[in-house]
Amino acid sequence: MLAYTIRRLLIAVPIIIASSILVFLLVAFSGDPLANLKANPRTPPEVIKLREHQLNLDKPLPQRYLIWAGNFVKGDFGKTVDGREIRPLLWQRMQVTLRMVILAILISIILAVVAGVVSAVKQYSGWDYVFTFLGFLFLSMPVFWLAALLKEYLAIDLNNFFGKQVIFTVGAETPNLGGSFLSRLPNILGHLVLPTIALSLITYAAWSRYQRASMLDVLSSDYIRLARAKGLTPFRVMTRHTLRNALIPLVTVVAIDTALVFGGAVVTEQVFAWQGMGSLLLTAATTPDVNTVLAWLIVTSIIVVVFNLIADLLYAVLDPRIRYG
Amino acid sequence: MAENEPAAAGTRTGADVEERAGAAAEQAAARGPEREFTVAAKTQWQLILRRFLQHRLAIGSLIVFLLVVVVSLVGARLWHYKYEDITPEFSTAPSLKHPMGTDGLGHDGFAQVLRGAQKSVQITLLVALLSTTFGTLLGAYAGYYRGVTDSVLMRFTDLVLTIPAIAILIVVASALNRAGGSWWVIAIVLAALLWTSIARVVRGVFLSLREKEYVEAARALGASDWRIIYRHLLPNATGAVIVNATIIVAVAILSETALSYLGVGVQSPDVSLGSLISAGQQAATTRPWLFYFPGLIIIIIALTINFIGDGLRDAFDPTQRRVRA
Repeated sequence: MLAYTIRRLLIAVPIIIASSILVFLLVAFSGDPLANLKANPRTPPEVIKLREHQLNLDKPLPQRYLIWAGNFVKGDFGKTVDGREIRPLLWQRMQVTLRMVILAILISIILAVVAGVVSAVKQYSGWDYVFTFLGFLFLSMPVFWLAALLKEYLAIDLNNFFGKQVIFTVGAETPNLGGSFLSRLPNILGHLVLPTIALSLITYAAWSRYQRASMLDVLSSDYIRLARAKGLTPFRVMTRHTLRNALIPLVTVVAIDTALVFGGAVVTEQVFAWQGMGSLLLTAATTPDVNTVLAWLIVTSIIVVVFNLIADLLYAVLDPRIRYG
Repeated sequence: MAENEPAAAGTRTGADVEERAGAAAEQAAARGPEREFTVAAKTQWQLILRRFLQHRLAIGSLIVFLLVVVVSLVGARLWHYKYEDITPEFSTAPSLKHPMGTDGLGHDGFAQVLRGAQKSVQITLLVALLSTTFGTLLGAYAGYYRGVTDSVLMRFTDLVLTIPAIAILIVVASALNRAGGSWWVIAIVLAALLWTSIARVVRGVFLSLREKEYVEAARALGASDWRIIYRHLLPNATGAVIVNATIIVAVAILSETALSYLGVGVQSPDVSLGSLISAGQQAATTRPWLFYFPGLIIIIIALTINFIGDGLRDAFDPTQRRVRA
């Protein structure tokens, strides 16, 4: 297992490097950090020259990449257009967004497994059709529409029903609350409810289809017939033999879809006016604020690669053939 | 998500043989004993079409989908209000005169939804066309020739999976909007990102098909690579291509509306279903019709295309029916 872990870690490094090159090129060609400065006709050309020199824009692209990557590795993410340090800003925004992403992934996995298992075990039953239809429905629903629906109708009705604010609809937490993280936790959770439900429902839909298919695959295999034939209890057949094998494909799907969930979170955040990664990217992309966009994309791709790494390790835990193969 | 798509459009399956036998028996009964052994000739396509026609949900969805698409594309020209017209009735609920109500300024909701649907459908169809064509061609060449094309393609698609697509879309679309974008620019950006999934699938199909005996036979007869790819392999990959094209349509409309919802897609004064939802959400409690209708149109389009894709998958590969999505 240790050798496998190290091997996986070593593969992750070149992926991150390649993805950083890709992102660097994308950003370099998509916006000029001095566009606003140049748009002003009264800016003297010397100032533009000086700024270009300061930002290394007068150097060739590969050199710019190396300088930027060197600073990034040292922890210097550069400054935003209005002169703030990007690293603390990104770190704070990331915590907010990751809360939602991780919680949504966990809830989606549980929903997907439950729906997939019930659909497969009771194939062509009423439950199967209900779950199948719900899966298709959520698969076809824009996440922002579902989020706005929950926010504008469900939350307001619920709060009216209880006569006080139980579910929050704006922001990631009440601002200026103070106190330790633990004392703010109920407030944070109250803000998390709606966005997480919206994101989980959209995410679980596709996963439950995979879970159902892989359950059906395993259920019709010979070793399940053998397990039943040798007299194991249905519960043991289901947990030790069926589910354990049927979970393996889901791990891969979840890993591949991590970036998708992250994208969903970016959109969902906007509905609830969260000050998270989503609003950071949107402001930076429209300004344009090249350094922030660059740091955002790299950090996100590192997060996705780390999630994939976790999935890879989980995969090995579930499937010894991978571990020893 | 498309890795386990069926690829076996060209293979004869047990169900085909049964259908042939059944049809032959019917004919034999009709024509008398001397034609007992005549087998009714049915092409592969007739069989697929017949299976698709038996899938009632898919046929119903196809009718609804075509209806919505046609109404979106031409409806705006026929309806007696234009989307930018300001009528004297403002904030009215849906009525015969304004089937989808009016907004706070007096814009006719139905005219706006027609216009928004037109833009969204135009973008979606263009994206599907571009990314399917490009993805199929590239996947075909990568799968047939393997080698460098193949490695570059596969590594590139791996990389794209590490960055949320919506983030890249936000960055590129806002850069292009600054340069003065229009609806087809959004479509090209979306297509540039969505072709990878279909390329992967087609590559997988080609990798297995190129080892088939009929390819060897064609090569032995002196067929050129070009002829083998276009005359022998591509027709057999049609099933996989069509099924995945439906997935692209669903993903494209959800992505386009998300972009427009975030304000970096279709720019005002023009409207898209996404920007209509964003506008409608601001008065969701007082004028809910402005929020419901655009969302329902998106769901109808995405849901019907998903059902159509499901029916096509069954039609092209009946052996997969057991695990119907």
